[in-house]
Amino acid sequence: MSQVTWIKGGRVIDPKIERDEISDIFISNGKIIDRPSRETLAKADTIDATGLVASPGLVDLHVHFRVPGETHKETIFSGTSSAATGGFTSVVCMPNTSPPADTAGTIQYIKDAVGRESIVHVFPTACITVGSEGERLAPTGSLRDAGAVAISDGGKCLQNSGLMRRAVEYANMFNMPVIDHCEDYSLSANGVMNEGLVSTKLGLRGNPAEAEDIMVSRDVILSAKTGAHIHIQHVSSRNAIDIIRRAKSRGVNISAEATPHHMCFSELEVSDFNTNFKMNPPLRSEEDRLAILEGLEDGTIDCIASGHAPHTDYEKDVEFDYAPNGVIGLETALGATLNQLYHSKRLDLPRTLSLLTYQPAQILNLNKGTLEIGADADVTLFDPECEWTPQSNSFQSKSSNSPWINRTLKGKVIQTFVSGKLVFDKGKILSS
Amino acid sequence: MPWFRKDLISTEELSPEEIQTVFKTTAAFKKILGRKTAKTPPLRGKTVVNLFFENSTRTRVAFEMAATKLSADVMSLDMKTSSTSKGETLRDTVENIHALAADMIVIRHSAPGSAAYISKVLDIPVLNAGDGAHEHPTQALLDCFTLHEKFGSLKGLKIAILGDILYSRVARSNLWAMTKLGAEVTLVGPATLVPREFEQFGVTVSHDLKSALADKDAVMLLRIQHERQNASAFPSINEYTRMFGLNKTRLSWLKENAVIMHPGPINRGVEIDSELADSPQSVILGQVTNGLATRMACLYLCSGGKAETLTG
Ligand SMILES: [Zn+2]
Ligand SMILES: [Zn+2]
Repeated sequence: MSQVTWIKGGRVIDPKIERDEISDIFISNGKIIDRPSRETLAKADTIDATGLVASPGLVDLHVHFRVPGETHKETIFSGTSSAATGGFTSVVCMPNTSPPADTAGTIQYIKDAVGRESIVHVFPTACITVGSEGERLAPTGSLRDAGAVAISDGGKCLQNSGLMRRAVEYANMFNMPVIDHCEDYSLSANGVMNEGLVSTKLGLRGNPAEAEDIMVSRDVILSAKTGAHIHIQHVSSRNAIDIIRRAKSRGVNISAEATPHHMCFSELEVSDFNTNFKMNPPLRSEEDRLAILEGLEDGTIDCIASGHAPHTDYEKDVEFDYAPNGVIGLETALGATLNQLYHSKRLDLPRTLSLLTYQPAQILNLNKGTLEIGADADVTLFDPECEWTPQSNSFQSKSSNSPWINRTLKGKVIQTFVSGKLVFDKGKILSS
Repeated sequence: MPWFRKDLISTEELSPEEIQTVFKTTAAFKKILGRKTAKTPPLRGKTVVNLFFENSTRTRVAFEMAATKLSADVMSLDMKTSSTSKGETLRDTVENIHALAADMIVIRHSAPGSAAYISKVLDIPVLNAGDGAHEHPTQALLDCFTLHEKFGSLKGLKIAILGDILYSRVARSNLWAMTKLGAEVTLVGPATLVPREFEQFGVTVSHDLKSALADKDAVMLLRIQHERQNASAFPSINEYTRMFGLNKTRLSWLKENAVIMHPGPINRGVEIDSELADSPQSVILGQVTNGLATRMACLYLCSGGKAETLTG
């Protein structure tokens, strides 16, 4: 047997198999293995995980790595370094790149870049329509053959419901989930924040929750009709969650994610025009925020996704109207989630981690998010009690457009293993 | 009460006492303006830059004149043709102007929050001359000063603000200032332009003109800009005028000596019948005169001037 890594004495939590015990993890040849013989263990690399949680590597279904085209914001290396720092070992990247990922060639380009630079597992998605322009279907089957795990118009929403119906029917033939950013443009118009109390006060144009609710309803109806799986991104409104809850109770094949920023912040954060709180869907009311937490508690929302959307300082350092939407989130997602769900005593630690591990993995049928024997040895060691305060210069991401700057998080990643290899160790990225 | 602010960004942030300080200073400047030589020296040797990213001849001229009367050197920049169209950011633009030794900046910009943003970038005084639909504090201060002069105080006054509230910085700045000074404010207009959310700021929202105007001491009309963002907020200008335009009959619903206000420019025959704009009840031109003194007061106070040392 080759070299064994022995992660010793941590609180091992694997929500998929309901494992939660102070125990050991053994890694060999990039896989989780059973306890090896005494002689093998005597020669093992040991890592003392006392006081730490050993979790399956975290899985994020929604990140933007800006490759190809906008490497001033992020690259595969900086993006996956950011992922590893945040404890994520598998990420799904959105296709709204430049050019958009609507051909097999572009998917191959991304996979090549991943092969060269990535330090975590990266799964690309491809466009639903050509150029994400909402007019013609992209070649879904070829995109799947090239390696796309799902289709999405990433950041855009297909407004033509007839075409959306064809898209989900067609993709379902290949077992390809359709990932949707739900927004009715005729309602959201040019809104730059939630329509409500704060937009009324500030004179900023509002994007009402109904723009989201209507498209979520549409997707529920189309999923019910076709049986196709539609995954709803970054749910932000109380009504949308309610619509999903009722759809699920009828057995509709729909899943949903929430982001840490929509869980933690409301529209009130926009009151001083800080562009690190500008995103789409916008931060909504406190009532909506609480509904997200309830949706996570009762299982209506299946998982947490960072929505990691890097933009440079100079792009965000402008008038609120002109700033791009989106915030980074890979490095703060675990701390923020622990704050809102675990430290607040809404959920226990295993259930909290299920939202960041096997539940997202299951949505896209990724064989990830577990510490079962034989699984890829993707492991995250974190200290759930460690408090830290992100600063603008503390990110591995190329960008620092984070709403958590100067806010305290409780929970910090100590080490991240990808396929058995230590890639992040106490603040440092090891691989290149 | 002394004035400690470097900037004037909004009336929302002002205390009633600070507003009274502005009134007191405005009154002093108004006296000075009545003299033969109306120029006073407080800003001598200083450069005030008017940065207008949006056309507004009225506001720009009022600020230019106010700064000139205070003996400042004034430079007005029409930013439509420069910077942003060349891809320069607002930060770059204002840092350049600062580097050219501007001592104060007056900014008009279409983006809400832009004046506050500039005030954080620069350590010199910044006066907001209108940031999108957010605020237009000097307009509200001159409006309230006009009412203060006319009625002695705003306490207990009943005021209706009529028109396009949703997109109006004038309405927002006025509702903060007026309610702080103890007035009762009713916002009135079509439901698409007067959202219910405003009720949470301590004002009444109404879509019924008759009940909204009943018993009011003043009505402030706002300019209707049907061509702009509210293109679909109501069916037509004609329809608006029929439903919400101020005419003789509707004027009679107000208190007998109620005043008519308008920040200008007026669409005669749209939000108001032409003859009413020129009637004795209209204080529209008085607002313009008070606008000069108010802007002098705001420039003076933000530059560190003391209300007490002015002798009118
Ligand atoms: Zn999105
Ligand atoms: Zn996104």
